[in-house]
Amino acid sequence: MTGLGKLLRSTAFRLLLAYLFVFTVFAFFTIGYVAWNARRVLDDQIVSTIEAEITGLSEQYRTGGIRRLVNVIERRASEPGASLYLVTTNAGERIAGNVAELPPGIPSRPSPPSATSCIGEGPECQYRETPYSRTGETEAGAHRAIVRVFTLTGGFRLLVGRDVEERARLREVIRRAFGWSLLLVGVLGLLGGWFITRRVLKRVDDMTETTRTIMAGDLSGRLSVRGSGDEFDRLAQNLNAMLDRIGELMAGMKEVSDNIAHDLKTPLTRLRNKADEALRNARTPEELRAALDATIEESDNLIRIFNALLMIARLEAGNARETLADFDAAEVARGVTELYEAVAEEAGVPLEVAVDLDLPVHGNRELLGQAVANLLDNALKYGRPSEPGIAPRVGVEARKSGDRMTIAVADRGPGIPEAERGHVTERFVRLESARSRPGFGLGLSLAAAVARLHGGLLRLDDNGPGLRAVLELPLSPLPKGEVETASVRVRGSPEGLEPAVRRP
Amino acid sequence: MPAMRILIIEDDRQAASYLVKAFREAGHVADDVADGLDGYAMAREGAYDVLVVDRMLPKLDGLSLIRSLREQGVDTPVLILSALGQVDDRVKGLRAGGDDYLPKPYAFSELLARVEVLVRRRAASAGSEPTAYRVADLELDRLSHRVTRQGAEIVLQPREFRLLEFLMKNAGQVVTRTMLLEHVWDYHFDPQTNVIDVHVSRLRSKIDKGFDRPLIHTIRGAGYMVRDSAGRRA
Repeated sequence: MTGLGKLLRSTAFRLLLAYLFVFTVFAFFTIGYVAWNARRVLDDQIVSTIEAEITGLSEQYRTGGIRRLVNVIERRASEPGASLYLVTTNAGERIAGNVAELPPGIPSRPSPPSATSCIGEGPECQYRETPYSRTGETEAGAHRAIVRVFTLTGGFRLLVGRDVEERARLREVIRRAFGWSLLLVGVLGLLGGWFITRRVLKRVDDMTETTRTIMAGDLSGRLSVRGSGDEFDRLAQNLNAMLDRIGELMAGMKEVSDNIAHDLKTPLTRLRNKADEALRNARTPEELRAALDATIEESDNLIRIFNALLMIARLEAGNARETLADFDAAEVARGVTELYEAVAEEAGVPLEVAVDLDLPVHGNRELLGQAVANLLDNALKYGRPSEPGIAPRVGVEARKSGDRMTIAVADRGPGIPEAERGHVTERFVRLESARSRPGFGLGLSLAAAVARLHGGLLRLDDNGPGLRAVLELPLSPLPKGEVETASVRVRGSPEGLEPAVRRP
Repeated sequence: MPAMRILIIEDDRQAASYLVKAFREAGHVADDVADGLDGYAMAREGAYDVLVVDRMLPKLDGLSLIRSLREQGVDTPVLILSALGQVDDRVKGLRAGGDDYLPKPYAFSELLARVEVLVRRRAASAGSEPTAYRVADLELDRLSHRVTRQGAEIVLQPREFRLLEFLMKNAGQVVTRTMLLEHVWDYHFDPQTNVIDVHVSRLRSKIDKGFDRPLIHTIRGAGYMVRDSAGRRA
């Protein structure tokens, strides 16, 4: 595209043309209105002049007869800038005056008494506009005038008129002014537009150039901000913010893929080794079958890890927002705890539950269930007391506090060192000690991702001893009245243990 | 379980032929087709008991296919297979008119159990649900919530009752752990631990302990089944 073509096609230039057009139309109407008004004022002036002359001349006629009238007219007609006069007989023959000729019929057609002082061709108007020529001029109808024909007593016709040359001159002046101003507006507008458009285009070109290098892969590039706070600056700032976000996502993606690589490579290697070993060492069909069973189990684990990773990635990307709905988090806390109760009992760990009634949350029930399940699973797997003398216990609490709610799962195990606590809720970060154990770090990461999806967070507190994992979520605004906050004991702990309800 | 006619609509040829073979080995009749349009035509015309539909298909995607079938009044049960995975995909699949949903990769035993339950459920829904289930000498009354074996009442907790109810409703049928989690607890996530096994073993200790004929059976690599010991399935 050539420079000129680009300029002509730019939005700024098109906008300029549109403005130019609008202003031209506007100017046209303004000047037209002024011209029309000026003409009307002039016409009014002419009419009143003629009126006065006729009054004066008919007075002269009444006092001095036709001779006096002729004398007065001859005298007045010779003055510079004189009006037009013509006196004729009843039959239209010229007696005196400075008008040589009028279009035939005009003097013989005096306006009727009912006519008003308007200018027009019909009989309803006293005045009419007509071509004429002065005495001594050869060319007929060279000038134009507004005239009135008046019938004097005695049948004489008196014509008085004024030349409208002046009016025509005015019109010419206006027309010329209009033309010139149009030309000026056009030229100045185009010139100004040219400069403005070039300036705008330059900034847009700069931005385009920068974005092109960014698109080519250099994600560190940023658009320049001039600091003037104009719309280009705002656009550049927004684009820069967008680039920052993209950069973060890219970094996140890289982290995710690195972690996935690590998490999947380990079990894949194990899987491969098992199959390899079975192939080399298994002798009997039973041994082969056992090896196959082991590989299937290993691949199921792989699928499980993969699913968890995928789910976290999708939650982080905010993909699950479509199917959010209101549900009762209390029911989730109760249901999931009940699901794990049998396991806890089998493991000899008392499971204590205290859940407030009715905790409406906007989100995904399945995901919150999964998050609570992960926390419980962790507590049961890793929450065994590490020192003698501490009785194992896992507590689940769901509490309402103001416009938020918490679901806390507390164990009495070794806990997580304080220095690592903030760290461990970050995406895909796991304690080194837990890396080899499948699911653990992913479980917490998933719970944290679920909490974020619900607009909340996962907090890890010291349970002294043990870990207290708290999902803190905003409550959904209630559609119906108030909700009872009575704390209820949902399910008894296994026999011989202290009461289940623990107040925080 | 009498032989079922199964239509597999799946564009992955290897997966499709594996499924056809596995279903035939399980004693069923299986056809397969590779794209959505042919699948739609076959599903409309053929008298299939159940459709196994992949979500991503050439020409007509799985969900649109199911939606079109339902609009045409075809109510053959549909199980959706999806590599997409989780959370909202399942909801979308069921909204489109699917009856069940299984994310890839899956165990064939899981797929088989689910497909059999779908067909069974459809056959059963022709009549009204019975108010009581009976397997051998075990009886479950859904109205009074009473469970008796050899006439003696067995006291169950509400969740245990629902667990047994679901197992007995599908008596003679393999029920997988995830199916139990879905139907008894109404969750579809991965419980990570053997939570379901522990619940079943507790139930089993109440139902089978002290009787010489066990009724709750563990099916290796698949799940559980309630049946009279003299049942057909090995």
